Amino acid sequence: MTKKHKAIALISGGLDSLLAVRVLQEQGIEVEGINFYTGFCVEGHTHAIRNQDKDKKKRNNALWAAEQLGIKLHIVDVIEEYKDVLLNPKHGYGANMNPCLDCKIFMVSKAVEWVKENRKDGFDFIITGEVIGQRPMSQRKETMPIISNESGADDILLRPLCAKNLPPTKPELEGWVDREKLYDFSGRNRKPQMALAKQFGFTDYASPAGGCCFLTDKNYSDKLVDLWDARGSREYEMDDIMLLKVGRHIRPKPEFKLIIARDAGESKYLEGYRKQFVTIQVVSHNGPLTMIDGDLKPEDYDFAAGIVARYGQGRDAEQVDVEISVPGEEKLLRSIKPLSTDQVNKEWHV
Amino acid sequence: MSHYELDARRMLCPMPVIKTQNKVKELSEGDILDVICTDPGALSDIPAWARINGHEVVSNREVDDELIITVRVGS
Repeated sequence: MTKKHKAIALISGGLDSLLAVRVLQEQGIEVEGINFYTGFCVEGHTHAIRNQDKDKKKRNNALWAAEQLGIKLHIVDVIEEYKDVLLNPKHGYGANMNPCLDCKIFMVSKAVEWVKENRKDGFDFIITGEVIGQRPMSQRKETMPIISNESGADDILLRPLCAKNLPPTKPELEGWVDREKLYDFSGRNRKPQMALAKQFGFTDYASPAGGCCFLTDKNYSDKLVDLWDARGSREYEMDDIMLLKVGRHIRPKPEFKLIIARDAGESKYLEGYRKQFVTIQVVSHNGPLTMIDGDLKPEDYDFAAGIVARYGQGRDAEQVDVEISVPGEEKLLRSIKPLSTDQVNKEWHV
Repeated sequence: MSHYELDARRMLCPMPVIKTQNKVKELSEGDILDVICTDPGALSDIPAWARINGHEVVSNREVDDELIITVRVGS
C-alpha cells in the first residue's frame, strides 16, 4: 500500500495560506494547520478592549480559515521564544520593528520541529502561502532559499502558490504532489489569488491588505522603542506588549509614563492592573482611568494628576478631585487644577 | 468522566484558546472543562476551536462579568 503523505500548513488566517491549503487538498493531500502566537499578533486583541470595536465581528481568522478548510489547527504559544527573534534579528528589521524574515524563518523552523514530532502520523512536509514578491522584506526570490535553509526545512518546504517559480521540492520530486497543478504567482498583484479564491468558492476571507503583526505598525513600534529607551533595557514581558496596545501614552518625564484609557472599554481593561501599578482617576468628574508605568515619585503626583485631569470632563474646572492608588497603600485624595492644553507638551505623546 | 476548571481570566484571545487546547490534551474523552474567561472574543474562538478539533461546547454563561464556557472533550 502506498504511504499517504500529510502536510502541516502555516496558517495566518489570510487569503494566501487559505489558498495554499486548498490547492493541496485538491490533490488529495491531508493537511493540518499550525498558527504561532507571538504576542504581537493583531488577532483578537484590541477588538476585545475598545468600545468602538465592540460591533466588529469577533473571530480569530486562523480558526475561521481552518474551519473553512475542514482542517485541525494547532495554536502554539511562542511568546517567550519569540523574544530572541525580535531582539536579535540576524536579518534586521523592516520599516518599523518588524523582523519579518527572521520571523518567517523562526516559524518554519517551529513547523520543522512539529513535523519531526509527528512524523509517525504521516506528516512529512510543510506548506506556506508565501508568494514571491508579495512582501518587501520576507517574500522575495532571494529570501525563499534563505527561509528554507536557515529554518532547517530545506526541500520539505513547499509553497503551492509560487512553486513553479522555484526549484522542485521533495514532495514534488517524489511524486507526493503534482507540480503541474501548483501555481506560479508572483508580485504584489492580488488578482490571481482573488480569482483562485473565487474558483474555490471562498468569498469571506480576511482582507488581503491587512497586516497581522503590530510590529509593522509605526505607532506601536515607536511605543516599544520608547519603553526600551526609558528602561535602559530591551527586556519585555507579556503585560508590557499588551499595554502598548491600550490607551494614550504620555511620557512627561523619562522615569514614568501615563497610560490614559481612551474609553470605558480601555478603563475596564486597565482596572485589571490596579493591584500591580499606580493608578490615577478623577473622582469629582467623569474621566478615564490612568495607569502609571515606571517610577512616579510623590512630588510628581499632582503634576501627573493634572495631566490626567486634562483628559476628563473636568478639564475646564478650577479644581478636580483625584484619587491616586499605590498598590499596598491607602488611597490618596488630592484636589488639583487640570493642566491646560498648552501645558501638555506635544512631545510628551509617545 | 471528570470535571475540571481552567482560569483564563484577563487573558485576551487567542490565549484562552491556547490554554484550553493545552489543558484538553491532558484530559480524556468525555471529560468536562469549564473555561472561565473575561475576553468576549472567547465566545466565538473557543467554539470554533472545539468544532475543528472534534470537541463540543455544551454551554456558555455569564456570571458576574465573567464567562464560563463548558467544553466536553472529544476523541
